[in-house]
Amino acid sequence: MSLKQWIQSFAVCLLAIVMLGANDVSGRFNRLGHEMICECGCGQILLECNHVGCPVSGPMIQELHQQLATGASDKGIMSWFANKYGATVLAAPLRGGFDDVAWITPYAVFILATLGTGVLVYFWKRRSGGNPPPVSNTGVLDMEHEAIRERIRRETEY
Amino acid sequence: MHVHPMPQFGSFTLLLALALSVYTLVAGAYALWRFKTTTVADGSGRLGETARRAGIASFIALSCAAFALVWAAFTNDYSVSYILHHTNRALNPAYKFSALWSGQEGSLLLWAWLLSGYGFVLRLRHKVDVRLSAFASTILAGIQVFFLLLLNFAAPPFAIQPGPIAQDGFGLNPLLQYPEMVMHPPLLYLGYVGFSVPFAFALGALMMRYPGEKWIHITRRWTMVTWLFLTVGIFMGAHWAYSVLGWGGYWGWDPVENASLMPWLTGTAFLHSVMMQEKRGMMKTWNVWLIFSTFMLTILGTLLTRSGIVSSVHAFAQSNIGDWFYAFILIVFAVCLFTFFKQKDHLKSENKLESLVSRESSFLFNNLVLLAACFTVLWGTLFPILSEYVQGSKVTVGAPFYNRVNIPVGLFLLFLTGIGPLLAWRSTSLRSIRRNFVLPGIAVVVAFVVLIIAGVRPWSAGDAMQATIFSLITFSLAAGVITAITAEFLRGAHVVRTQTGKNLLASAVLLVRRNTRRYGGYIVHFGIVVLFIGIAGGAFNQSHEQEMGFGDSTTMGPYKLVCQSFTQESKPNYDTEYALLDVYKHGKKITQLAPEKRFYLASQQSSTMVALHSTLESDLYVIYEGKNPDTGRPIIKVFLNPLINWIWIGVAIVVFGTFLALVPSLTKSARSQTALETPVVEAEVHHVA
Repeated sequence: MSLKQWIQSFAVCLLAIVMLGANDVSGRFNRLGHEMICECGCGQILLECNHVGCPVSGPMIQELHQQLATGASDKGIMSWFANKYGATVLAAPLRGGFDDVAWITPYAVFILATLGTGVLVYFWKRRSGGNPPPVSNTGVLDMEHEAIRERIRRETEY
Repeated sequence: MHVHPMPQFGSFTLLLALALSVYTLVAGAYALWRFKTTTVADGSGRLGETARRAGIASFIALSCAAFALVWAAFTNDYSVSYILHHTNRALNPAYKFSALWSGQEGSLLLWAWLLSGYGFVLRLRHKVDVRLSAFASTILAGIQVFFLLLLNFAAPPFAIQPGPIAQDGFGLNPLLQYPEMVMHPPLLYLGYVGFSVPFAFALGALMMRYPGEKWIHITRRWTMVTWLFLTVGIFMGAHWAYSVLGWGGYWGWDPVENASLMPWLTGTAFLHSVMMQEKRGMMKTWNVWLIFSTFMLTILGTLLTRSGIVSSVHAFAQSNIGDWFYAFILIVFAVCLFTFFKQKDHLKSENKLESLVSRESSFLFNNLVLLAACFTVLWGTLFPILSEYVQGSKVTVGAPFYNRVNIPVGLFLLFLTGIGPLLAWRSTSLRSIRRNFVLPGIAVVVAFVVLIIAGVRPWSAGDAMQATIFSLITFSLAAGVITAITAEFLRGAHVVRTQTGKNLLASAVLLVRRNTRRYGGYIVHFGIVVLFIGIAGGAFNQSHEQEMGFGDSTTMGPYKLVCQSFTQESKPNYDTEYALLDVYKHGKKITQLAPEKRFYLASQQSSTMVALHSTLESDLYVIYEGKNPDTGRPIIKVFLNPLINWIWIGVAIVVFGTFLALVPSLTKSARSQTALETPVVEAEVHHVA
């Protein structure tokens, strides 16, 4: 098996693991409950609201149980909550449309910045290739240059 | 008519500090503009010296103002509106002191005072470079003028409460009545404010076209100390959130938390990339903008915290002073931009990148990742405003967003933490890569396999599969990075042992003492790895909630909790309800926990006192949520948070490593220094060549 095949197999396994979806109700309840905000004004995640006698989180949790019992999809449940309480009930922008911009932008910026850095490095390398630094094969000149720099630095240091 | 001597004294000293700072700014700027030297003979020295001394005096004036406010808190002077709204008679004296930073006006006074304190040290040490210090002092005075204008005209801390003087105050926010709150805000502010100093030096060096990179040497300690304060401040805040807020976590991605994280990320990037300028004369423009951005992010963070433009649970200091900050940021940006374009030719790199596989490129990517993380945080913080503008409705951008976007970025950073120090400056040969990366590579694979065998299996983690995958990758990478760092220490110690004949431990100590900066940096990296391990433990958190009467029990992981009693008491400052829970592990009682709920009388607010049983393996975290009104029995929420302590230990290691890096190295001999500074890998490469 070649290295390429090993990498391909590993990637397929990793993807398979990532794509495997757990479908148990308690898991879904926990996950969805952590993707919503308690609307009592505390700004906490629904399942983490710890206010004594919070009048909102209890009924919201019950509603989440009811929605799960109807067999609705994750997206359907989130939409139901967003329609009832407004978009701020979702702990992250998940409604599609302009909300997607929130998710795409950081990745796009990161990819563009990486590409930009790559281009920058390429040009730097090309320029330094045209004007090679004064380094001999033994590195003697370079070491002398460094020694002078070090001496200047030392002598100008307070 | 009432006479209020101390508040009047405070107001007077604030006005005096403003006058002195304006003088430092105007006279200092004029002296620098009019004269090209700072010698006494041509008159500029005298003018500049008066500006410097006025700057020193402004620190004394601001110290008096801060003292006056603390005095008013301790003497229960409720004629002062700020004291009335943030303290009460029964408040613990330590918290009366912390009232200084518990509200808008007081925290602005703290900011101005710390800034003047930094300025005081800078002006005392002006001989390190008289002209550059004069530039930095003048720039700092400009920043100080802004804060003093705020304190004198927009948010005066000594404002007198109209009407008759109240007998008691409204009390301090209960969430702030916690020992860490006496330490966390000042440390955070020391970090925030401290970045003004490297900013002032960088801007000053650019304005005066400072020759060479000596200004970096001068500011290196300032930057590191500031970064250290900010790091400790942030994590002390995280620890406070963990211990007080009672939701089982330590970081909620609240805008105020984000505001502190952003300058930390850019400051960390600056600490790394500035080495490229120092060693190779590269990235000058980049570094200048990094430190400019870091400073502007501290101001932006303050704007976000105080203007109310984003919703935050830290709403204690919201007001209408946002416009002042908008104006200030614009002015700062304009000054930076103007100076940059005017002096752009001074920032030309002396060297170019010679190889993609080099220390320089690892710093480039490190910067890229840190800035990507910073952008994500900024984007997430500001997106609700953007969404409201575009769609007409606000959205919430909370933990699910940040976790999903930032975790891969964090993993890449962890990866770079390991490989960066193994790469040589300029270029690393393939042979040296093979030699240096084999052991860490093996460690990654072994850790991965061992963890799978030990039960960290994403495919059987159910709904936590994605989190388990990330944890698995984190733990494996951590093993690789720790191996790489250890190997670097051992290689260096081996070389020293060969030179000196000492044993390996003594050689390792000598190695560190000879180059504290390099090896202190490695220890910081090690601390970061430990911190990442702690964060990754969050994937395995468990929690559940139960109503518990006398004798009722619940289990959580290896622990069994039995309710012994529950009761309530009245204290001078608050009423309390708590439960006593015996904790058993493997059938043996190991401790008793008393989770508590307090109700503060003055402020009429309640607060959670978390009960913790903390071990290296996990934290048993118990909250008293209140009583069920129907049954009268307490509702107890129990969390099992694995590896949390690793986070605090990691931070302690980072602090130790930073202190070590601040200590001067043992020898000053340039040749021996260079020989030791050169990474062993590099030395070996040269040897091979």
